[in-house]
Amino acid sequence: MTTHVSLPPSVDDTLALLTSQDYVADRPLATVLFLALKLGRPLLLEGEAGVGKTEIAKVLAAGLGRRLIRLQCYDGLDLASAFYEWNYPKQLLAIRQAEASGEGLSLYSDDFLIRRPLLEALSPQAGGAPVLLIDELDRADEPFEAFLLEILSDFQATIPEIGTIRAPEPPLVIVTSNRTREIHDALKRRCLYHWVDYPTAERETAILRAKAGGVAEGLAAQIVGFVQRLRGMDLFKSPGVAETLDWAQALVQLDAIALTPDLIEQTLGVLLKYQDDIVRLRGSEALRLLNDIQAELSQKPLGI
Amino acid sequence: MAGQIGETILNFVRVLRRAGLPVGPAHALAAIEAAAAVGPERRDDLYWALHATLVRKREEKPIFDQAFHLFWRNPRLLERMMGLLLPNLQLEGTGTPPPDLASRLAEAFSNQAPREAKTEPEQREEISATLSASAQEELRQRDFDSMSLTELAAAKAALARLRLSFPPTISRRWQRHPWGKRFDGRATLRAAARSGGEFALPKFARRRERPTPIVVLCDISGSMDRYARILLHFVHGLTQDHDRVQSFVFGTRLTNITRALQDRDVDQAVDRAARAVVDWSGGTRIGEALLRFNKDWARRVLGRGAIVLLITDGLERDDAAQLGREAARLQRSCRRLIWLNPLLRFDGFAPRALGIRALLPHVDEMRPVHSLDSLAALAEALTKPIPARR
Repeated sequence: MTTHVSLPPSVDDTLALLTSQDYVADRPLATVLFLALKLGRPLLLEGEAGVGKTEIAKVLAAGLGRRLIRLQCYDGLDLASAFYEWNYPKQLLAIRQAEASGEGLSLYSDDFLIRRPLLEALSPQAGGAPVLLIDELDRADEPFEAFLLEILSDFQATIPEIGTIRAPEPPLVIVTSNRTREIHDALKRRCLYHWVDYPTAERETAILRAKAGGVAEGLAAQIVGFVQRLRGMDLFKSPGVAETLDWAQALVQLDAIALTPDLIEQTLGVLLKYQDDIVRLRGSEALRLLNDIQAELSQKPLGI
Repeated sequence: MAGQIGETILNFVRVLRRAGLPVGPAHALAAIEAAAAVGPERRDDLYWALHATLVRKREEKPIFDQAFHLFWRNPRLLERMMGLLLPNLQLEGTGTPPPDLASRLAEAFSNQAPREAKTEPEQREEISATLSASAQEELRQRDFDSMSLTELAAAKAALARLRLSFPPTISRRWQRHPWGKRFDGRATLRAAARSGGEFALPKFARRRERPTPIVVLCDISGSMDRYARILLHFVHGLTQDHDRVQSFVFGTRLTNITRALQDRDVDQAVDRAARAVVDWSGGTRIGEALLRFNKDWARRVLGRGAIVLLITDGLERDDAAQLGREAARLQRSCRRLIWLNPLLRFDGFAPRALGIRALLPHVDEMRPVHSLDSLAALAEALTKPIPARR
């Protein structure tokens, strides 16, 4: 928790903030992030798995010096796990003790309240409003979405035994979705929407340079070229940025200087996670892609 | 200046609305706020500011793109276009837009109300209530293929009354229940608090049930032609009865007709579905259709233990090996894959065709679906709890 940094006043400043945290964003994402911060609205990021949606919340929290509160959604997520729960064993014990000692007992007080992520996000924080990351909302079910809508609209929620909890400063909310289910319109209406796409070759090279510094220039260019081509093929699951970085690390561990068909064969499991895709890439297909990349790279002048 | 840009954005929102995007006044206000926040210096910033507030889904982006580039090239262009019929729209740098998008935008820019195909109410033959019992019996057993128009109308009416119920899926949520399996601490404490801690009778909870999602994949190629229309009536009934029914049709391409079938009126719904499809009664490429479904839709609609109803005769013109592979993948991705086959009307049906032989090992159940009786039997069979696979 570093010093409290104020919200960036323009799109350029937002881009600078992201770059300072080694997150290579394109201008559209920076624009939408700036708007979300300025207008005080939640930001809904949709996109394929592994494109950096979760990462941006972490980067934002680190860059602004705020606490990151993460709520990971899953099927059946309910109030008790997401918002609050009463510590019944403690309460039962307290009742027994109060009976024995004859003292009065306040059963619904702060001692017995277990605070879950959403309640934490609505509570006052040292250092300013926290960054609330609601990850993979599409995996939660519709009743949870309805509850979330209430929170995201007014940044307040009610605990029946205590009363209404209001956030002193609205948290900075980022919601991510892998689109395995359509998020309800009412929730989408409340948020600013952005689809995070796979990066272009230039941006991916910049990401590789920023995050996996130990990769040689030539190898990095080959890696990016290969992955970009893979995304052009109609694979069952195209590799994301996370997979590119993992692959780069794997190749560095294997002391690779350049891509060869053997190396690709050995490390295909890092890039592709479906057997059908791997089988398709084995052998001649990988060789063909490699030749394409060599041809393209040899036409470009060095250093680009 | 601020007033002018606000006005312009409101006009833009109106155009988008007419082009079919669901944008309301709240969106317009948000868009104006966002545009004011980014400032007018850069056009791409403005684009993304409007995109973030006015676009809700990735599919809406192409229309938004076209509208934006048209609109913001020259705001006075809008006034000139209002009231004029637009000829071929040529956008700089984007080539000719696909005809359906351009026509929607053309409609939006012009002042005419979008033309809707008025469907005349069908002259339906009413079956008199005095149909004898034996005639009714015969209607139920009659193959859809060989029905006359009158009988088809009667069958459609009978289908509308058919009620299908799928066994519900157990969800992960808990609800209070007197003899549930799990101890509900919170409810126990609340009850105890009411009596001042004197009585603390335990309360229980059990798992909630929720309706099973259903996905229907219906073959509408030439060989299925006679069954396709009446089976769409059946699928429409299914859609009306249940939440979370997604329906697709395929011949040479896969088309999602869920929205079309949500219309209450069955004939209008089937008409809308028919209009959305371009390859009615064409060739059959089941394997290709299943491949597209697995790649583009499976992850979105098969999420929560869905049951897939595959309605096809299995006569595949293409590669039977691909059909086998894709059917295997589909079976692995869903809870139960049920093949509804009108060819089972023949007694002693033996799978000979390559397509049928490729598909059969990968389905959990194959059932006939050629007559009202067979549909009733299907309804009966589906009420039983779903057995575990293998």
